[in-house]
Amino acid sequence: MKSESKLEKLLEAGEFVITGELGPPKGNEVSIIKEKAEMLKGNVDAFNITDNQTAVVRMSSIGVAALVVQMGLEPVMQMVCRDRNRIAMQSDILGATALGIKNMLCLSGDHQSFGNQPFSKNVYDIDSIQLIEVVKRMRDENKILDVEEEMEGDVKLFIGAAINPFAEPFDFRPIRLKKKVEAGVDFIQTQCIYDMKMFREFMKQVRDLGLHEKCHILAGVTPLKSGGMTRYMANNVAGIIIPDEIVDRMVNAPKGKGAEEGIKLCCEQIQELREIEGVHGIHLMAIEWEHRVAEIVERANLLPRPTV
Amino acid sequence: MVIADLKPLEEIKESIKGYKRVLNVGCAGCTAVCLAGGQKEVDILNAQLTKSFKEDKESIQISGYTVERQCEMEFVAELDHIKEQYDAILSMACGAGVQFIAERFPEKPVFPTLNTTFIGVNRDVGWYEEKCRSCGDCQLAYTAGICPVTRCAKSLFNGPCGGTQRGGKCEVDKDVACAWYEICERLKAQDRLDNITKVRVPMSWQNQKQGTLVLEAYKDRYAK
Repeated sequence: MKSESKLEKLLEAGEFVITGELGPPKGNEVSIIKEKAEMLKGNVDAFNITDNQTAVVRMSSIGVAALVVQMGLEPVMQMVCRDRNRIAMQSDILGATALGIKNMLCLSGDHQSFGNQPFSKNVYDIDSIQLIEVVKRMRDENKILDVEEEMEGDVKLFIGAAINPFAEPFDFRPIRLKKKVEAGVDFIQTQCIYDMKMFREFMKQVRDLGLHEKCHILAGVTPLKSGGMTRYMANNVAGIIIPDEIVDRMVNAPKGKGAEEGIKLCCEQIQELREIEGVHGIHLMAIEWEHRVAEIVERANLLPRPTV
Repeated sequence: MVIADLKPLEEIKESIKGYKRVLNVGCAGCTAVCLAGGQKEVDILNAQLTKSFKEDKESIQISGYTVERQCEMEFVAELDHIKEQYDAILSMACGAGVQFIAERFPEKPVFPTLNTTFIGVNRDVGWYEEKCRSCGDCQLAYTAGICPVTRCAKSLFNGPCGGTQRGGKCEVDKDVACAWYEICERLKAQDRLDNITKVRVPMSWQNQKQGTLVLEAYKDRYAK
């Protein structure tokens, strides 16, 4: 075992896993974290703790992940390359593992111009693929970057990354995944999938490259809440493709039934994704909809969650 | 070349307020070429400042003098004989020129009139684009002549992030091309895509302290 994390154990046991998302609060109120964690508990196997997503200042992913560990649950600590140089990243990784964090996700991060500190200076000292290599070296060789001396202790981390099959240039996306695999990634969470045909084609390319046997791919799913949200996402969110038939279906849902239609659609998508060879789980991003996760997971026949 | 852009008039006015005789020094190098700080711009700025101070009923005398390049000490030295006539100096050069003037005349207050924006190209008349962040370790060989350090908003080294928008645009601005989209497309067209299929190791940043370059042939000359 690379990390002894629950996520790693479940995936190695061949279970179809579910990861969820727990967005840290815009403040240091711990009760909010506890409340969200309670809603997800028993319904997902691990929780992604986002790292100042959309470049909005929130409680640190390490801090929230450590609190989640204290609650006896399993966090996936996200780390973006936007805010830290290689010194801070490696230092934070050592701190995070000492606090009991066993999974991490290496990301580029949203550009600071999207958030509430648009005139801040970004870092991008190393990129997300280089970060994967750095973490792998810390774990497998017990060494930090460019230093041959071994560290004291033992860094155990299950290394994750993201991939977006729906962003151009489309034909480079499988190659980018291959680079992440070569850098040492253990699991992948994808951008949210709505265009099933396109995702199937992507997965075929992934299988042709043999990548599905070298990393665990968790398919990203985000339930749509309403016709308005669907239309907004289809037109305004970079890197997301929502086919017209899904937009129509959501927009044409009877008044007051948008959420119901979204959950129904989400469960159908999960069923379809389960059947794709190489998909080992789903990453359920129910953004500010943590209270509906239990219902989605139940209706998708994914309960009870397996234990290790 | 270095591209620069005029600061707001109010900011320039604020910096020289209270001085009676001001010399505005133009630069016939880069900032003249990008229509920001040559002789013509010196004349225009001086006329605007004089008019504005007059409206404020402030008495000030602003003169102009343009040197060949403010980043060359021999040209800056032309000001030696006239500096005594002034109690403050404005510079219409890039930040490098402003600093060279300030270094030459340490007893004089020197103020910038321009914001130095980037190293770039002249796409068309009055249209400039940033192309180089002078990282000190040129990456262009494997990226089809497109700089990921400068042109990717995240300065990535291993391909496009997940935010590339339809039509190959940057997630930050749909009017700006995604550098990595263009790198992929150009390498593909040249059948050189394998340039970027292997993981690129972390950059050894060379621009994190002030750069000084003394050519090998001149090392003896400047040896302390």
